[in-house]
Amino acid sequence: MPFVTAGDPDLEFTAAVLKELAARGAHLCELGIPYSDPIADGPVIQASYTRALEKKVKLGQILETAATVAPKLALNGNAVPVVTMVSYAIIHRHGLAKYVADAKRCGIAGAIVPDLLVEESAEFSALCRKEDFSLIQLVTPTTPRDRAKRIAERSTGFLYYVSITGITGERTQLPPDLIENVNWMRSQTELPICIGFGISTPEHVKLLAPAADGLIVGSALVRRVAAAATEPRAKVLNDVGAYVASLLAALN
Amino acid sequence: MASSEVSPAVAQVPDEAGRFGLFGGRYVPETLTKALDQLTREYAAAQADPKFRAELDYLLKNYVGRPNPLYFLERLTAKCGGAKLYVKREDLNHTGAHKINNTLGQTLLTLRMGKKRVIAETGAGQHGVATANACARFGLECIVYMGEEDIRRQKLNVFNMRMLGAEVRPVTTGSRTLRDAINEAMRDWMSSVESTHYIIGSVVGPHPFPRIVRDFQSVIGRETIEQSQAQFGRLPDCVVACVGGGSNAAGMFYPFVEHRGVELVGVEAGGRSAKPGDHAAPLSHGTPGVLHGSFSYVMQDDDGQTSDVHSVSAGLDYPGVGPEHSYWKDAGRVRYTYCEDAEALEAFDAMARTEGILPALESSHAIAKGMEEARKRSKDEIVVVCLSGRGDKDAFEVARLKGMSLE
Repeated sequence: MPFVTAGDPDLEFTAAVLKELAARGAHLCELGIPYSDPIADGPVIQASYTRALEKKVKLGQILETAATVAPKLALNGNAVPVVTMVSYAIIHRHGLAKYVADAKRCGIAGAIVPDLLVEESAEFSALCRKEDFSLIQLVTPTTPRDRAKRIAERSTGFLYYVSITGITGERTQLPPDLIENVNWMRSQTELPICIGFGISTPEHVKLLAPAADGLIVGSALVRRVAAAATEPRAKVLNDVGAYVASLLAALN
Repeated sequence: MASSEVSPAVAQVPDEAGRFGLFGGRYVPETLTKALDQLTREYAAAQADPKFRAELDYLLKNYVGRPNPLYFLERLTAKCGGAKLYVKREDLNHTGAHKINNTLGQTLLTLRMGKKRVIAETGAGQHGVATANACARFGLECIVYMGEEDIRRQKLNVFNMRMLGAEVRPVTTGSRTLRDAINEAMRDWMSSVESTHYIIGSVVGPHPFPRIVRDFQSVIGRETIEQSQAQFGRLPDCVVACVGGGSNAAGMFYPFVEHRGVELVGVEAGGRSAKPGDHAAPLSHGTPGVLHGSFSYVMQDDDGQTSDVHSVSAGLDYPGVGPEHSYWKDAGRVRYTYCEDAEALEAFDAMARTEGILPALESSHAIAKGMEEARKRSKDEIVVVCLSGRGDKDAFEVARLKGMSLE
């Protein structure tokens, strides 16, 4: 499950990357909506957000781009859903109901809102359920178990299990108790569980694939896509595709 | 919103979810929840513990030098020709500003939680210095995040922090000011949350920070009430404080909230002009939104992206504001106005030459509006201004603005 920053280096290339990812076998694509103050993100994704915002990319343009690509993304006849990773600051400003309506109209299946805690999510969560729009919630290594259960009850689509205590970014080592914790989570929920943060190598994929329903790869991909600012786009697209293919190969 | 439809502001805020009316709450990544819950519990336990209060009171008296005076500005009053002007002398505190009131309280909480490492953000450097002092006093590791632009503007405080054993980490992202320093401190905390306490410097951020910082700063308003009763047998007519994130103002105003006869005036940074990007006045020109974990007024564009702001004073150069100020604004309890860079510099000069006091540039914004209030009020009225910090730290910046050199 790849993550791509919308508008880095431009929306045209973002659309091309999404098509390439689906063609290579991605099961779901996360579209990162650039935000000016992303406190959960490490330097790679932060910098990609800053570059996109410096080019004045707007939410409206991102959603329109999604509308041209998202409905067509498919793998072996199955649709490849697109969900947005988006700050609550943006959703609130846009209007909760309007955000869901506009995203759905553009073929987007759900939202991951990294700064919307379960305590603050009642209104948006009820709205998403009513509109059949997934609200994917996050569980982290610091989440107490009774709280993790509450979060799983509120989440729809899948549950996002954050691998590490920290911000996004490639890591060489993942926590030793990660698989055990994910297995416990699985015993508590019917939802698919996807693991994200820090994942970047085929070795990570081999290690985590048996425990997870999906693995989210962000910074490692964003870094490769960013090369399009200086290198020929066809080459970058091919590199990105080959990288994702190498991860998918490790899955099987 | 018509003020007749709004309930009057009360002191019994925030609620358990950290809400001040509509404002506040907690908008942060899940990773931080455990630490915020721990802090909420520890603060409640500390409040119920007479030993905690006694230790903090001892430090405020003997380390900070409280109570500081409520001082009559005799010559500035004569110059304005109206109401009597008094200043609450937070500039006389150890470390030279009100920030130490909060950092000592939060350092004692850090010790109670058994954490050994402290991080902080700083704009003008006063909070960074106050955190570095408190950490040195209690033997805690201290890392201060500071925007590169502010490091340039506030060299003296950077040097002081290093002398006190703190590590100053330059922040090179975004506008390289206070807002980015908070982002970077939050990111550090995302990874270090089990061993580290984040001493936030203002009444901003996720619950319970806005409440904790307000409570620790409320010593300013409590003393002002006692000293007013002792010195002139009644409360002042008007109280003025500057508002960046808003901690000195929250500490000054909070004890006055239910004394409805006292007019409260918050002064934001008007910068160069009222055009977007030229000022840092979200209560005057912004809209409600989410920034740094809290729902409050903020300078943002139509997509919810935080806007760049400007102020001559690093401590007010911030696009957001504490949620309790948003609550007071909408309830009509505090009147918020703004003071432009040039007016603040004039007030700086007036205080220096008329009273022999160099105020911080932040506080100079409050002085300017305090003088304006004094001019339009009668001679039997009393205006109190919170002199939140002293101006030594601004020597380089004021010299630069005046075209002078300290080299």
